[in-house]
Amino acid sequence: MSSQSAALPRSAGARFWKELLFQIVCIAILAGALLILALLLTSVVVDGLSRLGWEFLTGYPSRFPERAGVLPAVVGTLYVMLLTAFFSFPVGVGAAIYLEEYAEKGGFGLGWFSRLIDINIANLAGVPSIIYGLLGLAIFVRFMALGRSLLAGALTLALLVLPVIIIGCREALRTVPDSIREASYALGATRWQTIRHQVLPMALSGILTSTILGLSRAIGETAPLITIGAITYVAFVPDSLLSPFTVLPIQIFNWVSRPQAGFHANAAAAIAVLLPMLILMNAIAILLRNRYQKRHSQ
Amino acid sequence: MKLPADVVSKKNGKHTIQPLSDPKIEAKDLDFFYSEKKALSDVTITIPSNRVTGLIGPSGCGKSTFLRCLNRMNDIIPGTRVQGKILLDGQDIYAPDMDVVQLRCRVGMVFQKSNPFPKSIYDNVAYGLRVNGWKDRREIEAKVEQSLRHAAIWEEVKDRLKSSALDLSGGQQQRLCIARALAIQPEVLLMDEPASALDPIATARIEDLIQELKKDYTIVIVTHNMQQAARVSDFTAFFYLGQIIEFDRTEVIFTNPRQQRTEDYVTGRFG
Repeated sequence: MSSQSAALPRSAGARFWKELLFQIVCIAILAGALLILALLLTSVVVDGLSRLGWEFLTGYPSRFPERAGVLPAVVGTLYVMLLTAFFSFPVGVGAAIYLEEYAEKGGFGLGWFSRLIDINIANLAGVPSIIYGLLGLAIFVRFMALGRSLLAGALTLALLVLPVIIIGCREALRTVPDSIREASYALGATRWQTIRHQVLPMALSGILTSTILGLSRAIGETAPLITIGAITYVAFVPDSLLSPFTVLPIQIFNWVSRPQAGFHANAAAAIAVLLPMLILMNAIAILLRNRYQKRHSQ
Repeated sequence: MKLPADVVSKKNGKHTIQPLSDPKIEAKDLDFFYSEKKALSDVTITIPSNRVTGLIGPSGCGKSTFLRCLNRMNDIIPGTRVQGKILLDGQDIYAPDMDVVQLRCRVGMVFQKSNPFPKSIYDNVAYGLRVNGWKDRREIEAKVEQSLRHAAIWEEVKDRLKSSALDLSGGQQQRLCIARALAIQPEVLLMDEPASALDPIATARIEDLIQELKKDYTIVIVTHNMQQAARVSDFTAFFYLGQIIEFDRTEVIFTNPRQQRTEDYVTGRFG
């Protein structure tokens, strides 16, 4: 008893300092990362401030930097995102449900097949995006003859984000405890009823989060879209699924590579437009997630 | 080690209870495998109608596995395999033409850890009805109330049916799970250590409830608690290493078992 109480203050003191040191290191790392981010953002905003304005947002590209705007790129980005979500969300969620709820649990006796799919999806998530661009070029642009269109671009990006969405959704489905599935089966529910009424509602917030994360990756992609031939000078807002298009990252890429300083300012301003769009998307994701979390997992 | 049903019935011939005159479930030479591992071997038992049958035995002896065979809950675990027969009212539940969904409506289950859905109290009970095709709201409402009353929890929850089931205490959650199981009007109720996570008062309520329920249901209950088995069950089966060592009326198992191992277990010498 006495030896214990004698030993206690010393070791507690050492542990206290280690604890404090660790906290300081963590905070310093976080502060460093935030500082760099803040510097980047300030520099972008400062560079682009002269160009930011209503005319920039509603203008079309031009040979003259001071007249150029980003409207086609902003609208193109929105359309591409909507279409990508439209294609990748149902396929991704469906694939995740199959792999998680049917394949493993003796679905159709295709255990080896689903394991093969499993490994492939994990690998696909790591494939460089330009490869997806080449695939899109060969399949959507050439073979399916969609041309260098909005549709071809969205389909290519949908392929790109599918592995991310599938992996995230499976993760979300796995967080639903088996006891809930068993409870549902024990009440005479079929597999589909169990998935529809118990598993999906509980996994929904995770599913939405991973989908938005996947789409956030797509919104910043340039390489695959350049590969399939999204053009950089689009003087109109895309009016159909098959019309040519551009997106903000491509517009930025194009302006940065011009020699004139005026275009560099445009690029900075375009970045300042892209970032809020990205933040808005993530904010919507967080809002949706919080709403469903409140409703389903008090 | 086999103790077929007829031995038990002969032995009990002169008793007032005739357990095997009205069999509800009969397991015959049942073997069960998790992949390569054999979890049950040669289980033969006759579970009488409208009685409480307790399954006791040390951890890992196969009693829960056996219980989960009775409503084919093990089907959802990959790599499991069953040999032998289980008859429910004479009908083989592992026959290829058996509808598992319908089987589970007839053989309800309450789990060890209470597992209410993260929904309202009302929706928890109504869920089983809805998935089985009940549409009329007033019928569902009436059935929900009846089930909650039957599970002796109505008075505690009647004013907050719309609040989340997860706000209930552990004992209330378990009674809600019982109500949920009763709502779809099963014939058999399987209970897998239903009171193991509850305090003594909540446990006593569940045990009282089981006595009430056996008027209408055939109950099979797995328990680790020997006193509980002695209190609630009419018949008791002692499982050891995947086999039934002894099956008899509960007072025989606890006061005058014929097997040495049964006696050692119920007197606490091992397990």
